[in-house]
Amino acid sequence: MDGEPREPLQSSLRVQELIYGLRISEVMTSKVFAVSRNCTMRDVQTIMKNNSITGVPVVDNKRVVGIVTMNDLMNALEQGAMGDGVVKWMVGEVQTLAEDMPLSFAISAFGKFSFRQFPVVNKKNELTGILTFRNINHALIRELSRQLREMEQQHENPVEPGSLRFNKVYQLHRYDFENGGKASSEIKRFLKERGIPPKTLRRVAVASYELEINLVAHSIGGMLGFDINEKRVKISAHDRGPGIEDTEKAMTEGFSTANEWIRSQGFGAGMGLPNVKRVSDEFAIESAVGMGTMVQAVIHLNPEKENED
Amino acid sequence: MKISEIESLEAFACVQAEYNDVEVRAGYTSDLLSDVMGNADEDSVLITIQAHKNTVAVSSLAGVVAIIICNSRSIPDEMLEAARNEGIAIFETAENQFNTSALIAQHLGGCPAR
Repeated sequence: MDGEPREPLQSSLRVQELIYGLRISEVMTSKVFAVSRNCTMRDVQTIMKNNSITGVPVVDNKRVVGIVTMNDLMNALEQGAMGDGVVKWMVGEVQTLAEDMPLSFAISAFGKFSFRQFPVVNKKNELTGILTFRNINHALIRELSRQLREMEQQHENPVEPGSLRFNKVYQLHRYDFENGGKASSEIKRFLKERGIPPKTLRRVAVASYELEINLVAHSIGGMLGFDINEKRVKISAHDRGPGIEDTEKAMTEGFSTANEWIRSQGFGAGMGLPNVKRVSDEFAIESAVGMGTMVQAVIHLNPEKENED
Repeated sequence: MKISEIESLEAFACVQAEYNDVEVRAGYTSDLLSDVMGNADEDSVLITIQAHKNTVAVSSLAGVVAIIICNSRSIPDEMLEAARNEGIAIFETAENQFNTSALIAQHLGGCPAR
């Protein structure tokens, strides 16, 4: 596999899988030091000093209305204005992250903006945590250690041949229709050789192929991961952008943003994501513009469900 | 109808003949690959003008056993090669998709009951 020159982060597939697999809520610091609008810059200074942190969100009724960083503090200090309210010095328009976004979105955000920390909010837009690069480093080391331990254990008890256990990640590049479909073919072959019935096979193939082509046709590049055991096939597609503006629209049959060239390749009918959802037993999509998209599809290998299409 | 029976019909010329001569049970007419992927039946013949390598990939995943390329569209070598690797038959015809579908339906014994 040759490296893509525009790739911002050239990490191994394992690490990429990790940053796609972890949610921000699992990585962030949940104990957040925040101040209210009527606090002073001096209050912020005390908080920063006592807790060795470099950014303090300003909240109003749990909603983030601003953030005071070390930079703002120094400016206030220079002007001898430490008695001023935080509202005067804070940065008002704050880029926040949602807690259930994959960690990869956060890494994109760190690349895109020059902030050192991002306040994290829940679905109700309430402050629930703060995310720094330090959190990310910690989480990665923790997770990599866990995976290495697992690999060591697996090494001691190797998986028997013919087993349904399978874990693989494929890297996909923009507009590489030449290789789009290879992963799906490989997975289909793997399952067929292990006697998975045709109808289930078909469902896995549809989900996997549509997601694979989506990455090639619509993303700037990403990965397709398969996690298979005796019970189910879990397919995860992750990309680095551009992100979907309206996921509900993207899930509507017939809606497509494909250009003429993609259409000339036989794609862009606006059936991709709806097809994936239709054949999946579990389906989830998460997307943010400028950060990326994550789709997860699970298909049960349970033979009792066979007669359902 | 077996795949080889398509070969015997006058309108169709076989351009990729390395296939398993299995029973064709249904037909599907479409140029949109996602549509084929989602809706074509297993063991069907695909009637299309989409002469592209990706058509073979989709056919293989969907269980399409033969492809008929209509309107004498030129078929790239890489499509033929991909079909050879997958054991999928390819035919070409000067007929359009409608006529081809009608012809194939006749030989399948009419439109299969839905």
